[in-house]
Amino acid sequence: MLESLSTARGRIGALLAGMVGGGAAVLLLGAPVFWAIVALALAALLVGGFVTFQEPINRVPEQHPDDPLDILPPLTRLVLDRLPTPAMLLDGAERVLFVNQSMREVLGPGLERKKLGQVLRHPDVLAAVADAIAAGATANVPFTLPVPVERHFQVHVARISLSPPVTALLLHDVTVVRRSEQMRADFVANASHELRTPLAAVSGFIDTLRGHARDDTAAREQFLDIMASETARMRRLIHDLLSLTRIEMNEHVRPEGRIALDGVVRQAVQVLMPLAADDGVSVTVQAPSQLPDVLGDRDELVQLFQNLVHNAIKYGREGGRITVTLGTRDGQVFAAVRDEGEGIEASAIPRLTERFYRVDVKRSRERGGTGLGLAIVKHIISRHQGRLSIESTKGVGSVFTVYLPEAPAQLPPAEAPAGGAARAPAAPVTEML
Amino acid sequence: MSDHTVKSFDEQLEALSTLVAQMGGLAEAQFAAAIEAIARRDSEAAERAVGGDIRIDEMQQAIEDRALKLLALRQPMAVDLRETLAAIKTAAELERIGDLAKNIAKRALVLNREPPIRLTQSLARMGKAAQTQLKQVLDSFSNRDAEEAEAVWNRDGEIDEIYNSLFRELLTYMMEDPRTIGLCTHLLFVAKNIERCGDHCTNIAEVVYHMVKAGHLASTRPKADITSETAYESQA
Repeated sequence: MLESLSTARGRIGALLAGMVGGGAAVLLLGAPVFWAIVALALAALLVGGFVTFQEPINRVPEQHPDDPLDILPPLTRLVLDRLPTPAMLLDGAERVLFVNQSMREVLGPGLERKKLGQVLRHPDVLAAVADAIAAGATANVPFTLPVPVERHFQVHVARISLSPPVTALLLHDVTVVRRSEQMRADFVANASHELRTPLAAVSGFIDTLRGHARDDTAAREQFLDIMASETARMRRLIHDLLSLTRIEMNEHVRPEGRIALDGVVRQAVQVLMPLAADDGVSVTVQAPSQLPDVLGDRDELVQLFQNLVHNAIKYGREGGRITVTLGTRDGQVFAAVRDEGEGIEASAIPRLTERFYRVDVKRSRERGGTGLGLAIVKHIISRHQGRLSIESTKGVGSVFTVYLPEAPAQLPPAEAPAGGAARAPAAPVTEML
Repeated sequence: MSDHTVKSFDEQLEALSTLVAQMGGLAEAQFAAAIEAIARRDSEAAERAVGGDIRIDEMQQAIEDRALKLLALRQPMAVDLRETLAAIKTAAELERIGDLAKNIAKRALVLNREPPIRLTQSLARMGKAAQTQLKQVLDSFSNRDAEEAEAVWNRDGEIDEIYNSLFRELLTYMMEDPRTIGLCTHLLFVAKNIERCGDHCTNIAEVVYHMVKAGHLASTRPKADITSETAYESQA
């Protein structure tokens, strides 16, 4: 600020000197010399202006009241903006001066110029920032964003300048560490609890086979069958628990692949065709010829629809029909899996995605359910920032609808987005898949 | 916010609404600690939640004092008046949420002395649903977003349904084994408290809607018909 003031003063000085000199010259030498001196003064002014224009980065810019971000030189601002670490700068009144892109991804848009309390309410963070602004204390506090996907951060707070007063806030993402701790605990708890029943059954039958059923051929066959189905159940359970854990680990990382949903659904249905045929169930997929892509992880999406269609086969009517309808609604791509089963009680619906929740425990066991299928579905959808809607009518059937956000239109490099042109390049991708 | 000739009036209004947001942050942290205490059998978190309630009460007092001063000295009109009123009302709802969280935490301390049961996980999940509601309604308050408030308001049925289902399940447990009655009663109250917390979120949603649009949500609400065709929109 001081520097730019002094250059301004210098420029005005040069102009004034030129004018005074010019006045004297008119008296002594006449008009032509006067104009020459005026030209010189203007040139000096221009050169001065040019030099300061050339070096905007080295200058401390003046703080315009209408743009508080002006305290940052453009290059610094760019660097900060692209930084993968979420960063925020605050003034002395806890007002947001600057946030970078990563921070916007965490806290949402429209943060600038708001008071910190309105964009990040956590009491520990607010206390740390108040301390930093008042006393220059550097702090490091944990901060958890519970929804939509739980994320854990360490927040570093430091006052980086007294005049102008600026305090910086950096978020360090520790979600992976916290998650793996929690997940290990959950896995052990779930696995030990759920495996206990089938294990007890198997070891019970082993004891019986060793004991009084040793020479009973009929009983032996029957027991071996039960033991085989119990071990199969344990295998499925471990498989589901492992995939749930894997999906949860990555839940806060947004998938980046461009996926055509109809291909994914067809692939999932294909795998389940033999199962459907066993129950005499028909599965049809209805998709429009042109469907926008979604951003997703292919394997996870295939698993998602396998679970939904598999459920429809398991709990639908024997010999019934299952239809998967795809389409778009409000900028989202949806896929609805409809069965003709007996329907689900309204009060059970919100709890369906709860792990190990079963509407009918006996039936689920009979059909080989692990109680994890819809929990897996929910976590996959959550990672894809989508939504699951479940509608059910007793005696008619159930519809499970998955909504996933459309992938942003792909732009050819170096071409501005322009209405219809933006949509065109997406087409070949759809055909490719 | 419209420009006022008295600059400091805008600042006072903003300070008031920042204070409400901060109180919201306290209530959120308190409620999160209470749910954490249930989900992870974390008695330390429970004690934190029990102790934190005093700060919320103090905050409510501060907001009321400030709002009263504003009303008395500035006589705000139209949106300014509604904002001042919204601050008072929201603070009262948040104070109730703080109390409920404290009660949940106290019960968590008892539950954690007993052997773990699966149903606490269902409660924790219900708690997460309420946490989502609380966060979004507070966001809608800070962003002056009537649509978001309305979405929160419409989504409350979800928590009620989880409550109904848990209620039934707990009753079955108690009937099957009367020794569990003590434990299950605590769980039942925790579920009820979470459900009440969801109700307070819808109240705040109504306040936010009124603050932004000057109309009332309650009069436009389509009566939720209790058919079996209840849609459940999971906020995945």
